[in-house]
Amino acid sequence: MGLLSDPVRRRALARLVLRLNAPLWALPVAWLERTMRSVGLEVYTQSFSRKLPFPDETHERYMVSGINVYGILRAPRAASTESLVLTVPCGPESTNSQAVGLMLALAAHFRGQIYWAKDIIFLVTEHDLLGSEAWLEAYHDVNVTGMQSSPLQGRAGAIQAAVALELSSDVVTSLDVAVEGLNGQLPNLDLLNLFQTFCQKGGLLCTLQGKLQPQDWPSVDGPLQGVQTLLLMVLQQASGHPHGAHGLFLRYRVEALTLRGINSFRQYKYDLVAVGKALEGMFRKLNHLLERLHQSFFFYLLPALSRFVSIGLYMPAAGFLLLVLGLKALELWMQLHEAGVGPEQAGGTSGSSPPLPATQRVGLASLVAPLLISQAVGLALYVLPVLGQHVAAQHFPVAEAEAVVLTLLAVYAAGLALPHSTHWVASTQAPDRSWMALKLVALIYLALQLACITLTNFSLGFLLAATMVPGAALTKPSGPRPLCAALLVLTSPAATLLGGLFLWQQLQEAPLSPAEGWRLFLAALAQGVLEHHTYGALLFPLLALGLYPCWLLFWNVLFWK
Amino acid sequence: MAAAAPLCLLVLLLLGPGVWGQTEPPRDSLREELVITPLPSGDVAATFQFRTRWDSELQREEVSHYRLFPKALGQLISKYSLRELHLSLTQGFWRTRYWGTPFLQAPSGAELWAWFQDTVTDVDESWKELSNVLSGIFCASLNFIDSTNTVTPSASFKPLGLANGTDHSFLRYAVLPREVVCTENLTPWKKLLPCSSKAGLSVLLKADRLFHTSYHSQAVHIRPVCRDARCASISWELRQTLSVVFDAFVTGQGKQDWSLFRMFSRTLTEPCPLASESRVYVDVTNYSQDNETLEVYPPPLTTYQDVVLGTRKTYAVYDLLDTAVINNSRSLNLQLKWKRPPGNGYIHYQPAQDRMQPHLLEMLMQLPASSVTKVSIQFERALLKWTEYTPDPNHGFYVSPSVLSALVPSEVAAQPVDWEESPLFNTLFPVSDSSSYFVRLYTEPLLVNLPTPDFSMPYNVICLTCTVVAVCYGSFYNLLTRTFQVEEPSKGGLAKRLANLIRRARGVPPL
Repeated sequence: MGLLSDPVRRRALARLVLRLNAPLWALPVAWLERTMRSVGLEVYTQSFSRKLPFPDETHERYMVSGINVYGILRAPRAASTESLVLTVPCGPESTNSQAVGLMLALAAHFRGQIYWAKDIIFLVTEHDLLGSEAWLEAYHDVNVTGMQSSPLQGRAGAIQAAVALELSSDVVTSLDVAVEGLNGQLPNLDLLNLFQTFCQKGGLLCTLQGKLQPQDWPSVDGPLQGVQTLLLMVLQQASGHPHGAHGLFLRYRVEALTLRGINSFRQYKYDLVAVGKALEGMFRKLNHLLERLHQSFFFYLLPALSRFVSIGLYMPAAGFLLLVLGLKALELWMQLHEAGVGPEQAGGTSGSSPPLPATQRVGLASLVAPLLISQAVGLALYVLPVLGQHVAAQHFPVAEAEAVVLTLLAVYAAGLALPHSTHWVASTQAPDRSWMALKLVALIYLALQLACITLTNFSLGFLLAATMVPGAALTKPSGPRPLCAALLVLTSPAATLLGGLFLWQQLQEAPLSPAEGWRLFLAALAQGVLEHHTYGALLFPLLALGLYPCWLLFWNVLFWK
Repeated sequence: MAAAAPLCLLVLLLLGPGVWGQTEPPRDSLREELVITPLPSGDVAATFQFRTRWDSELQREEVSHYRLFPKALGQLISKYSLRELHLSLTQGFWRTRYWGTPFLQAPSGAELWAWFQDTVTDVDESWKELSNVLSGIFCASLNFIDSTNTVTPSASFKPLGLANGTDHSFLRYAVLPREVVCTENLTPWKKLLPCSSKAGLSVLLKADRLFHTSYHSQAVHIRPVCRDARCASISWELRQTLSVVFDAFVTGQGKQDWSLFRMFSRTLTEPCPLASESRVYVDVTNYSQDNETLEVYPPPLTTYQDVVLGTRKTYAVYDLLDTAVINNSRSLNLQLKWKRPPGNGYIHYQPAQDRMQPHLLEMLMQLPASSVTKVSIQFERALLKWTEYTPDPNHGFYVSPSVLSALVPSEVAAQPVDWEESPLFNTLFPVSDSSSYFVRLYTEPLLVNLPTPDFSMPYNVICLTCTVVAVCYGSFYNLLTRTFQVEEPSKGGLAKRLANLIRRARGVPPL
């Protein structure tokens, strides 16, 4: 591995870094093209533009247009059927010039080698993830998010694996690895193992979630630290937010992870050569793969880099939580049967079953009305904020982004008035049984949703189950109503989000004041909506169309008259 | 009469030594040629061509004596009544955007297409046998060609040689994109050359250098051509071509200099004594866009100018033989004419039958100038039968490259090609008129991921255990819980009586 061993290359790298350290407001496309071409790559550019649904205040962008530059190293004697990607996301606020320099040095080194069996794509994207999304969509010739981009001129077959590189500071003290992708997707565990192997080989300090690896497992400290890392990963995965540019690759079944050079442990220091060596080793290993990574785990939780919790261990926990809902539903069913009239429609939720004689059973209207109304509120929560932002911005002194968030909160709070709007349709006959039937439907609905979510994104499913299940199981119109109401409000999806934010900051050892937390909460709401529209993240529609209406049903049960 | 007989004898005696003394001109000839082309990207392409021509009708005459023409292929032609045979084995992909138009491109992997004589009755059977025999000759896995990857194109593949009818039912075409080409394929290919790799241009064919390149393609083309200008009888032409592209960046450390020795680690010492022509062409065309001029050393004695692939090019010529003995200028006029495209929008689609035949989509279209045309095909991924997965299912499954055959309008009007005198690289495809030239390009093969079951050991164990448990438990439970009782035979309902009536009429025992 003779990377950067000769002084000429090292000087060239130093020049690059110097050139790149100049303030970048736009990607120096012509310079990048020229440089990539001079190291012997096939260079192409792709321009893209995207109008966000509403202005993004955290990243300060609305009408985004940029240019991605990528160079392809063609493997000799290969027919361009497979490729690997090294991507460096650049943006106006994230100065990633070190990573660009390292990538170019690696490209120059790789170009001189003859052992490549897969093409290697060196990709520099503008506007962080937006550029990556545009490039990936164009590469796979799909359009899922309404991105406008020019078609790609050069392709290199099916992408087998990708590594995203982010070096934000001049000094790299450790390499942080991020695995959580869009919607909580994870890369194959073997890719992570590969990274860890090369970290150990090169003597690099590797961190996970910005935390050092616990050394002494037998004592209390090690496992405690592991739990902290694990919690951070669960929160990160549950958010469904891509934790780096690699997160978007996972959707196309490209195993990918992000390496992030961080500068927080002063006692260690590495030059870029060490990082480059680790990357070179990873690429050579990936180059030798005959098949895609498929042997190892796709579902796991990480308390440390060298330890993982497999799906067989954590799934039962969620299963037991959901069992509570199932048992409660069974109990209600028995009670309804004991009362002598069986609600045959309990399984079929919203009046899909043919209407039966009303004397036999609980009135259909008393079930359908709350269901329809809560679903309608959910739909309004999903549609109104983005659709009505201009109207809101015209009539109220708020900006569009604020309007979206405020509408979101307003619709959410308005949903709490549901009991007062539904009780007029509630049947007068047998009110006891009708709330039981409604709760039965709500319990099954919630259990089904949580089971589906847990299967795809365990962390999200588990967090929601842990918060919503107790409230859901305990809710009934009789009993201490204010206590129950407080419990329900505290476990509603929005409160869970707020709590998650505070927990996240606490674990990052940067506790929040309530005012800061509230600001962060508003920003997170806006980001959630934006990510749904720009990358297709599913958290927002899941909460708005699925869990919030379900939660409203329980709220309705609580205030049943 | 008595006087006439000695006279005849005398005449015979006089003639006899004359006939034997003046040697009969050999009926076969070999021309070899190497074209070295500096590519626009800075890489260097080298194209070898060896052409053996035999003035003999292999199919009609019982041929037993082979001189230059390889016997293995000659017997193949007569046994399977071949009219044309084109086989290429390629590693790598010709990047047209960076390397320019190739003389002859081939898809990655193995490509085989053959025209059979119209006397062949069972084309599919012959095709199968032919691919098996070729598999043995060239040490390639051509025996994997079967009906699932064979197509009969109706428009894009025409006979390249003499043909008096183009009935497409005698054409078969197959591509194996996964075929890996290596030295084991090169050795049998070299053995077909009359001089093997002992003398002539073929000494340059050193395997370790040829496979150290960015692109390697070797091919065998057999086709009938006219024997002379009158075209009364046919000759057989065997062309063996080999193209390689040397990566200037890796081999030359970024410099564009090259030499034969640096490329092949050999130099040319002597011509092949069996060859009637042996030349090296070096493309020295002065491209006007940059001021770099190519200097060739040693300076060439002659240069050759021609319109190749629509542009005027200059070649430095090095004749390995004595220049006086090159050609005895036999001209040849090919009869085949390329058909004009019948307007826009010819689409021929032959849907696939699962596990029987692949899809075939042929489109004939006229492309507007400087435009981008995208042809996309939607397909669904499906689960295969579990025995049909390859040992490495997670690698993906290959879709054969698509073929683009085009008549491109030429920038410069080409001179009518003198078939025998012009260099070999210029006579690969028959030319119908001077205003356009023919190219055939291939795309990369596509690697598609199909839904793959988990083939790992725990999965298999679970499957097996579940099956065993289900079968045992199911039958035992059934036996243990079933109650047996004797049922009185009844007359049955109306339907049963009707059925019994019909059965009696048919002479079958009743239910």
